[in-house]
Amino acid sequence: MSDLAISALPGAEFEGFATVAEAGLQGMITLRGDLGAVAKALSDVTGCNVPATRKITQSGANAVAWMSPDEVLILCPHDAAPAMETRLREALAGAFATVATVSDARAVFTVTGPAWRDALAKLCPVDFSTLGAGDIRRTRAAQVAAAILVTGPDEVRLICFRSVAQYMFDILSSAASTGSEPALYP
Amino acid sequence: MLILTCPCCGVTAEETEFHAGGEAHLKRFGPGSADAEYEAYMFNRKNPRGVHFERWRHVYGCGKWFLAARCTMALEVFGTYPAQTHEPPAEIVAKIKSKRPEWEGFA
Amino acid sequence: MSHRLPNGGRLIQRGTPRKFTFNGKPMSGFAGDTLAAALLANDQMLLGRSFKYHRPRGVVASGAEEPNALVELGTGDRFEPNQRATTTELFDGLTAASQNHWPSLNFDLLSLNSLVPQFLTAGFYYKTFIQPRAFWKHVYEPIIRRSAGLGKAPSDKARDPDRYEQIYAFCDVLVIGGGIAGLQAALSAAQSGVKVVLWEQTAHWGGRAPVDGVEIDGNPAEDWIKTTLQTLDSMPNVQIRTRCMGAGVYDHGYVLGYERITDHAPQLDAPRHRLWRMRAGKIITATGAIERPLSFAGNDVPGVMLASAMRDYLVNYAIAPGAQIVVVTNNDDAYRTAIAARKAGIGVAAVVDARAEANGALPAQARELGIRVLTGKGVRKVKGGKRVTGVELCRIESKGNAHSEVLDCDAIAMSGGWSPVVHLWSHCGGKLIWDESGHFFRPDPARAPLGADGAGFVLTCGAAHGDLVAVLAGAHAAGQSAGNATATPAPATDSLPEEAALEPVWIMPRAADYDLRMKMWLDFQNDVKVSDVQLAAREGYHSVEHTKRYTTLGMATDQGKLSNINGLAVLSDALGQPIPATGTTTFRPPYTPISLGAIAGEARGAAFQPLRKSPIHDWHDANGADWEPVGQWRRPYTYLRAGEKRDDAVNREVKNARENVALLDASTLGKILVSGPDAGRFLDMLYTNMMSSLKPGKCRYGLMCNENGFLMDDGVVARIDEQSFLVHTTSGGADRIHAWMEDWLQCEWWDWKVHTVNLTEQFAQVAVVGPKARQLLERLGGMGLSRETLPFMEWAEGKLGEFDARVFRISFSGELSFEIAVPASQGRAFWDKLMTEGADMGIMPYGTEALHILRAEKGFIMIGDETDGTVIPQDLGLNWAISKKKDDFLGKRGMEREAIVNPARWKLVGLETLDGSVLPHGALAVVPGLNANKQARTEGRVTSTYYSATLGRGIAMGLVERGPERMGEEITFAGKGDKRIKARIVDPVFYDKEGAKQNV
Repeated sequence: MSDLAISALPGAEFEGFATVAEAGLQGMITLRGDLGAVAKALSDVTGCNVPATRKITQSGANAVAWMSPDEVLILCPHDAAPAMETRLREALAGAFATVATVSDARAVFTVTGPAWRDALAKLCPVDFSTLGAGDIRRTRAAQVAAAILVTGPDEVRLICFRSVAQYMFDILSSAASTGSEPALYP
Repeated sequence: MLILTCPCCGVTAEETEFHAGGEAHLKRFGPGSADAEYEAYMFNRKNPRGVHFERWRHVYGCGKWFLAARCTMALEVFGTYPAQTHEPPAEIVAKIKSKRPEWEGFA
Repeated sequence: MSHRLPNGGRLIQRGTPRKFTFNGKPMSGFAGDTLAAALLANDQMLLGRSFKYHRPRGVVASGAEEPNALVELGTGDRFEPNQRATTTELFDGLTAASQNHWPSLNFDLLSLNSLVPQFLTAGFYYKTFIQPRAFWKHVYEPIIRRSAGLGKAPSDKARDPDRYEQIYAFCDVLVIGGGIAGLQAALSAAQSGVKVVLWEQTAHWGGRAPVDGVEIDGNPAEDWIKTTLQTLDSMPNVQIRTRCMGAGVYDHGYVLGYERITDHAPQLDAPRHRLWRMRAGKIITATGAIERPLSFAGNDVPGVMLASAMRDYLVNYAIAPGAQIVVVTNNDDAYRTAIAARKAGIGVAAVVDARAEANGALPAQARELGIRVLTGKGVRKVKGGKRVTGVELCRIESKGNAHSEVLDCDAIAMSGGWSPVVHLWSHCGGKLIWDESGHFFRPDPARAPLGADGAGFVLTCGAAHGDLVAVLAGAHAAGQSAGNATATPAPATDSLPEEAALEPVWIMPRAADYDLRMKMWLDFQNDVKVSDVQLAAREGYHSVEHTKRYTTLGMATDQGKLSNINGLAVLSDALGQPIPATGTTTFRPPYTPISLGAIAGEARGAAFQPLRKSPIHDWHDANGADWEPVGQWRRPYTYLRAGEKRDDAVNREVKNARENVALLDASTLGKILVSGPDAGRFLDMLYTNMMSSLKPGKCRYGLMCNENGFLMDDGVVARIDEQSFLVHTTSGGADRIHAWMEDWLQCEWWDWKVHTVNLTEQFAQVAVVGPKARQLLERLGGMGLSRETLPFMEWAEGKLGEFDARVFRISFSGELSFEIAVPASQGRAFWDKLMTEGADMGIMPYGTEALHILRAEKGFIMIGDETDGTVIPQDLGLNWAISKKKDDFLGKRGMEREAIVNPARWKLVGLETLDGSVLPHGALAVVPGLNANKQARTEGRVTSTYYSATLGRGIAMGLVERGPERMGEEITFAGKGDKRIKARIVDPVFYDKEGAKQNV
């Protein structure tokens, strides 16, 4: 299957004062339900605990991001997602919970470099000084929805809908372009 | 441009992350209701100069609807609270009364 | 003549010359010059012509308040009109030109306007161009358009090549204005530990203090400014930024800042402007004050300047405005200009002081320097046309019928006192009080703009607060109060010589006759004079807001920064009431005009709005797609072959779908998972028909209405399992319907156990359509697709070749059709595979137009064509899809209303023209006679109309009064002009009425 599958903008990359790159195929599963009630199934299948509000938990190749009071997003290798979805479904049988693979509904970008905040500040109405590694913030980037996952001190992953991948890449590249450093964040 | 705190995810964000949904605490009148009830539900809205209760959705955030108690004149936000209620919480009512003694109360 | 002095100039670098041109003439200045300073250094006093009278105009101010010195900057793609020369920093290669003159700056034919005194007075346009009506379009408007306006618009071919951006920022305290008050406020706030941002609109810190000779702790202000800047720079919680103007203050601490990054250095590879979208806890405006002109006859002649501006040019740029100046004032401050001029070796003919006496420290100093001081006097009128040549004086308490003395001079400095810059305070509702001693409006701290917490969020300090001297103490207090209120080091002491009180003079001389008053300019840019405001008052314009609009006082690009208070005072005087009773007009952002580029930010060109692309978009693009916008999506309207016309391509695609096999990219179709124990119950509320009875594996078409009963979306629901449904919506409806579902689940039925997940983009969806569709898919191998295994209106999941597929046996074309969803990542490979496998079968893609024709031939409705937000399902003959068993569904109550059950409603029918032609889009069916509005009476309209390649004739659907009862009847449609087209009412299903072709 994987040789048929392509991400939204394979290989797209832009180097400015921060580097923007399309992250390739990323497995993603939406899990909706009472986050307390699904915790055991979630950790059994993914190895990750239920994240606190606007946090990310991680275990090996899997991570779980808090999306809303009754929703988390599971991140896993792309080709592992269908099987993981099935296992989650089985583990949650009988519970009021909904599991859906959404890997292909989204595009994922990495923004790397110490000045990632300065780039994203041009697009998102967010005080990035309040965000550190392990945080997720859902917001908008210019005119489209975006989820920003802070994965390290100098790296974030930005998730948007697949259909707007080119738009997102264009506005991220322009925001990170050399010469436009705003020197906003230390 | 307003800032509001989403009670569902705790984020304080500017208005562009939200979507305004009009008056809060409407009671739905469906089949079998009188014309006057249906008309009030569909078309009659408060337009107060002062304390008002509104629906907002954190559309670019957690996606949840919530309610806000707000002054339409001074734009003061008395508080926000989850949408799953038929009337504003007591502590928000008390806060409004202390700040707007002339307010006639939630009706 | 104005010229550069051999020494001095605190802001210029004499070692770094800068070359530029004005009206094509090469000139030179120095780094650090503003364009205005450099023009004055080159004796270019005449800079443009005024708005209405085309009077010669020169520089009057030295900063953002400048009304006159507006020029065109740049050429071609970088051409910009109406730029203030006083805030334009000089760079090598700058090209500037004067504007609003014809044929030339020196000789302007339209200046004849000013020779006819009653021409263009207040309300002139309203009064004059009323009759005859027909003259408006062909005579008046062209004349007005020719004479009105300042700079010309850029060419419609011009495309701004520069980059612009916006940025969101947050701070505890934002200080706007980098004079000594702003610096102190920022320091005091920062020392309390909070996050502070300080903006200064110019390139320099310190404001007026160094020019005016302020001493701080006994030393020149410049020393203190330097140390304070170093301190601020070293603090990690402080960010300072020059060339960044606080443009507007909005609700809840939102501020727009306009940063000009490359205007002074166009060679930099950087965005030209950056718009800061700042959210501040508290805002301190330290925006200073603006000097007021005096209203005397000829106060607009080039060479008449604000006293402070003349001082700025002298001290900052070493510019002598002339060989001999006269200072006209009603206060002590202006003496500084006389003193500075005399010390620089410029002749000072006299200081003309309107006050009865002038005995303060500054007048005394002037007298010591040998400057003649005339008290109780005013200017009768200025002599000179394109430049001041002298001034006639008179007693201030007189009508000005005769002059007492004539002084020769080539420049005049005027000062009517100062007005605090209260704009930012006022933008979001801060109120003002009239200061009886300073004779200006200043912020009333008791009535500040209120924030989200109900507390005031704007503070003011320095001259913006009304403190014209000794500002540091107040700035310190503001900084501490806006910070976290902990005690911070006490501020230094700033001092200036004592000044005697100002005496307001709103008209000079006080009892001036009409012929003087009609030459006294209030609003230089919009050419509004004292006589205009007085005329407005006489004509009944008592409200300041009405007078503003009637006279256009303060409505120019400078928003009346110089004219506002003088205009109010003249109006108040005419109305016989005190100034505070008249009040001010509303201050609105931006403080000075900001570029459209900054407002657009990144939203231009390809990023103007998000363009949504299906996973197969690039294939379409490479294969002739003629794109059509569908919401933010782009979908192929048709696929053009080389040399092919659009209609021919569409007809080819329709025929191929009917006869062969064809592909449609249906990925944009909304797909929403609705899951949970109450999912069936929920869908029964959402749809007019019953969905809970649908069996897993089956599909059902359904209608959604709003609470009015009006149709809002339609689509096929597939039941996945006992608890889950996949809801298909229209392409444009996916996000709206998903939000609609969440609204009901979160806000009304929050105890129902239902989840929704929007899966629209998870899948690429391809409709494989046509008699050979099954044959093609069977070539891929995998899941069974026979009529028995997968009957019409059922769905199945499995493998098609290597692809993970969900196959829906549904048809929107009336042909044998499989809609196949594969994960979006496989979409492109799946499409490619189908095109390859079907090559020998004549496979073709088809676009949205063929899709529309195919569905119209079958009489299928389309949301947005057959519906317009006022159409109920019953109008479309869809009664079968409205459940009678359900007690409730959204829209059910709405459908019970009298107007909705009216049998005379317009209802859906098919329409065939008698001559086979295609009916025009949206054509109305007309009947003889007129309605109550004297329009033609109508009985229906066309909702969809196409040429059917299948049938070889035009077909249409429309809504017609009692249509279904009138089958076979001929009705008349209105075409262009008087054209009438006859059409027959027919069944809306034009093709394969039995549905045999789709169910094979």
